[in-house]
Amino acid sequence: MLDETDRKIIQATQAGLPLTPQPYQAIAEQLGLTADDVMMRLSTMQNSGIIRRIGAVPNHYKLGYRFNGMTVWNIPDEFIDEMGQKVGQLEFVSHCYHRPRHPPEWLYNLFAMVHGKTQEAVDQQIQQISDLLGDYNLGSDVLYSTKILKKTGFRTTARR
Amino acid sequence: MLTTLHKQLLNDYQHDFPLSARPYQDIADALGVTEAEVLSAFTELNDNNLISRIGPVIPPNHIGVSALVAMSVPEQHLQTVADIISAYPEVNHNYEREHRFNLWFVVIASDTEHLHAVIDSIERETSYPAMLLPMLDDFFIDLGFKLDLNND
Repeated sequence: MLDETDRKIIQATQAGLPLTPQPYQAIAEQLGLTADDVMMRLSTMQNSGIIRRIGAVPNHYKLGYRFNGMTVWNIPDEFIDEMGQKVGQLEFVSHCYHRPRHPPEWLYNLFAMVHGKTQEAVDQQIQQISDLLGDYNLGSDVLYSTKILKKTGFRTTARR
Repeated sequence: MLTTLHKQLLNDYQHDFPLSARPYQDIADALGVTEAEVLSAFTELNDNNLISRIGPVIPPNHIGVSALVAMSVPEQHLQTVADIISAYPEVNHNYEREHRFNLWFVVIASDTEHLHAVIDSIERETSYPAMLLPMLDDFFIDLGFKLDLNND
């Protein structure tokens, strides 16, 4: 489990590692730790899956991926794991989640975000997911974002 | 204009950024350039907002709890309602989408009780019902996103 120091390290790195030759040293000094301690704790958190990856986080939109669609699918519950894993492996899918249905108005239980540089590219990706799901797809929709009303980075809201 | 170095940094360092005393030096060694070149290339990517940051990526629900929430709001009230929702510090994404459910946002809270308190408060303040779509399972194996950086 995470302790207070782990949380502080995560918080201190969410705005990004400093672009200086010894970034972990800089974080360590900020928190009154040693660089080795910061690296060791990050490594432990990565091994336990708390941290998924450490690296550059690209801004898809600025890199030309202007078209993103939230695709939603109605998959029979008994096949959701199998189908979810297949869709999650597609390299153009950036998020793939099982979420609850809310019948009658919302029957979709699988969400997958797709990104492309053109509408045609996104349409092709959606077709590829549809082909992959075949008869397990009982219905689908795509929701395009028309406006970003708020977007902030990850913040921990853990109580102090 | 993206240089070869920019492209290598963008595509090859979305994961496995070195956990070492001089990570930019290690990247430089791997790519056959200097530490100063790596630092200035990353700084350019950062300054031009082509990367949002370099750092650890945390999957949802590993620290605190979160839920995707959808609302159906008449067009003429959308901006007002969206502004009320965006003002909550617990809300970190808020998008308008083309659908009967036209407002989609993510709430991150310290625990389930806090999450429900925020959602109840949003429902009261906006007087629209919220459809809660918490993540039940995550199927994504996150090795970063393969970027096509040619022909730009």
